[in-house]
Amino acid sequence: MRLKLVPTVTNFDFFSRSKVWLGISGMFMVIALISFLLQGLNFGIDFRGGTTIRTESTTEINVGTYRDALAPLELGDIIISEVFDPSFDADQHVAMIRIQAQDGEEAVTAQMTKDAFAALSSVDPTIKFVSVESVGPKVSGELIQTAIIAVILAIAAVLFYIWLRFEWQFAVGAVLALVHDVLLTIGIFSELQIKFDLAIIAALLTIVGYSLNDTVVVFDRVRENLRKYKSKPLKDVLNLSINETLSRTMMTSVTTLIALIALLVLGGDVIRGFVFAMTWGVIVGTYSSIFVASAILMALGVKRDWSKPNNEAGTQVPQV
Amino acid sequence: MLFIDLWKKVVIWVVVALGLVLALPNAFYDRVEQFNDAEKAIEVGFDTPENREKTGLWPSFLPSGLVNLGLDLRGGAHLLAEVQVADVYAQRMTALWPDVRDVLRPERATVGTIRLQKGAPDELRVKISEPAGMDRALQLVRGLSQPVTSLGGAMSTDLDVRAEGDEIVVTLSAAEQAATTERTLRQALEIIRRRIDEVGTREPTIQRQGADRILIQVPGIGSAAELKEIIGTTAQLTFQPVVGRGGNPNVPAGAGNEVLPSLNDEGVYYTLVSAPVVTGEELVDAQPSFDQNNRPAVNFRFNPTGARAFGDYTRDNIGSPFAIVLDGEVISAPVIQSHIPGGSGIITGSFTVEESTNLAVLLRAGALPAGLEFLEERTIGPELGADSIKAGQIACIVAGIAVLIFMVLSYGLFGIFANVALIINVGLIFGLLSLVGATLTLPGIAGIVLTIGMAVDANVLVFERIREEIRAGKGPARSIELGYEKAISAITDANVTTFITAVILFAMGSGPVRGFAITLGLGILTSVFTAIFVTRLLVVIWFDRARPKKIEV
Repeated sequence: MRLKLVPTVTNFDFFSRSKVWLGISGMFMVIALISFLLQGLNFGIDFRGGTTIRTESTTEINVGTYRDALAPLELGDIIISEVFDPSFDADQHVAMIRIQAQDGEEAVTAQMTKDAFAALSSVDPTIKFVSVESVGPKVSGELIQTAIIAVILAIAAVLFYIWLRFEWQFAVGAVLALVHDVLLTIGIFSELQIKFDLAIIAALLTIVGYSLNDTVVVFDRVRENLRKYKSKPLKDVLNLSINETLSRTMMTSVTTLIALIALLVLGGDVIRGFVFAMTWGVIVGTYSSIFVASAILMALGVKRDWSKPNNEAGTQVPQV
Repeated sequence: MLFIDLWKKVVIWVVVALGLVLALPNAFYDRVEQFNDAEKAIEVGFDTPENREKTGLWPSFLPSGLVNLGLDLRGGAHLLAEVQVADVYAQRMTALWPDVRDVLRPERATVGTIRLQKGAPDELRVKISEPAGMDRALQLVRGLSQPVTSLGGAMSTDLDVRAEGDEIVVTLSAAEQAATTERTLRQALEIIRRRIDEVGTREPTIQRQGADRILIQVPGIGSAAELKEIIGTTAQLTFQPVVGRGGNPNVPAGAGNEVLPSLNDEGVYYTLVSAPVVTGEELVDAQPSFDQNNRPAVNFRFNPTGARAFGDYTRDNIGSPFAIVLDGEVISAPVIQSHIPGGSGIITGSFTVEESTNLAVLLRAGALPAGLEFLEERTIGPELGADSIKAGQIACIVAGIAVLIFMVLSYGLFGIFANVALIINVGLIFGLLSLVGATLTLPGIAGIVLTIGMAVDANVLVFERIREEIRAGKGPARSIELGYEKAISAITDANVTTFITAVILFAMGSGPVRGFAITLGLGILTSVFTAIFVTRLLVVIWFDRARPKKIEV
């Protein structure tokens, strides 16, 4: 007996409400954009400069006491948050302290770290600084620029590859699906105010890769079926292709999610944001390859040369 | 029919075996690390019984390459420093003023009085009172410039000299600026490397980034502040008169003298006058060269004040030795052959070409050529790194087992084939990482976990195709064959696109992100290889043996 995520043969109609799905996707994209514009992302020091200190202590952490201890140092904006993780020991209390970039300083001075340590030791003698990271404003500006270029470059490269291998309509569909995924991911990061740092950019690009992987598999089948059923309406071909690949889509998404969820729960808090972005991306990416990419392909239509139905080269799909 | 050429089978097994053997050392990380350290120590001369014993920890016929652990996993310090090359330009311009003054002075009749003007730090502004003499003045100042051989081979000079009203403006030419930046960066890298090597930590990364930045990563060091101290202390280079030479470090030195050891000759000690004649701060340049007898030597040049002091001293002390001292050790103690005016000199001795090159580097490397500004610094404690590794390992194991079970439940026997391929796949990733000496970072571990999830994708594509063919009524062998044939285009497209993003990540990213890109990229290569070749081979072998009439996928 086999475990089956979806029945052997499915016949769902994915396009009966394709306008509704596109509408919902569009609405979420708008919400994500508004959230991003209104709230902005909770940028980590990679992107806005400053210092983060990770502290560890064997006594309970009182964020207020920490704040009061650091206040006399006049370091400007300080954010202190306690970190919880199932992998911590019972007497392991971790906090993250973020200090804004100091005026006129590229990176943190050793003195500031020392002062902060002295101040915190006075209220919590067991405190240890397990990591101190500091990024100057000069680098953080460049990092943001590089990150944006990387994402745009990745999308452009992919657009080009798909256009080469398929037709431009496929490329548009795939890329809009990618934009959808990236926007929704940025949206959830801004809505939940999860720290957005360099690693999240890496996650974004992976999402781009994964979502594309999914989209391409569906498109590959569409291309094949377009050759096979030359007179079938596009809608039916798309439906057939999605149904045929549904089992594979679910299998791959589920195995990837199993692996990611293991990492999300057990991988520790340092990479939790990163893994969360990827988990979210896999879900959104799977959805978008069916409901965004294919729906757009449907809306754009694939030009097929109906006049020469018997000619092998008659389809507009390049022979590759 | 289902058939794979023998040579293909052999190639596949050889690749798999090779990958796994390369990955093997990582399973015994501590052992192999100790073995490697001992080997290295013996190589540089620490042939102690303990080290000998440690070499027994790992058979030497096996590969001993390990995956490097990134700072976030091992703990250590990371610094990104910007070398202030503009300071060097400014120094050059300041040092040029006496020369300009000296060439213009004799021509006072044509150019009038000359006066140094305040200007931007990287330019020299000289005002002349007779604008009519400007052409002559420019001609004279241009005479000071020297040819630069730039990378393109085009000849240009090191100074740009132009007139602005009644002022002569001198700046470094673009070619010279580029050359200076290059030289300064190389020196800074060399000095930093030397300093860090002295501390003797394992595998520091010291590399240039962009035009004027240096990335320094030292695993196992306590904090970035500590690292800054190591880099920040400037090497003291001095030229001191020699009083005596002997083999006793405890010889009474006398008032105002000191006893210092020789750098190269063990057991040789020099008694020197403590007050230096000139210090390295006044050294402008040092280059390897040859003396008149064509023996390797080192040319050096002082700035004007250093030149004067050096000239006076050599004039008065011909025939007596003087010592070149670096950080309290005597590099060499040549005898002054003649009066050395003009601030440049030559150090001769029984050098080999290599030694003279090293000495020049040492002399130049005495002090950092320019200030460093630290743009980024990170300290990761070893406990945090250890926690991350532990968490990552557990997550990988759990993820792996869950996926293995899921695959068996979904595809039965074929699931087991895919699982064998998956395990080989992870082995191959580690083998490749060890082979290219890549660094494994925390996001890199996530990359491996993601690969575990995605590696089954290619297999899933094939298996689903086989299922479809079986449903379409094809025979078992034909179904398997068609399954592979038809899935290949989807596998290619899907993986090429993901690979593109991995390449872009690698090119644009740095540090941990790059580590992720490497594991993702390698993971794609190995997963396609294992899915297309290894699983297929397993399926074919099984099919040949069992000859099933009916298959269930």
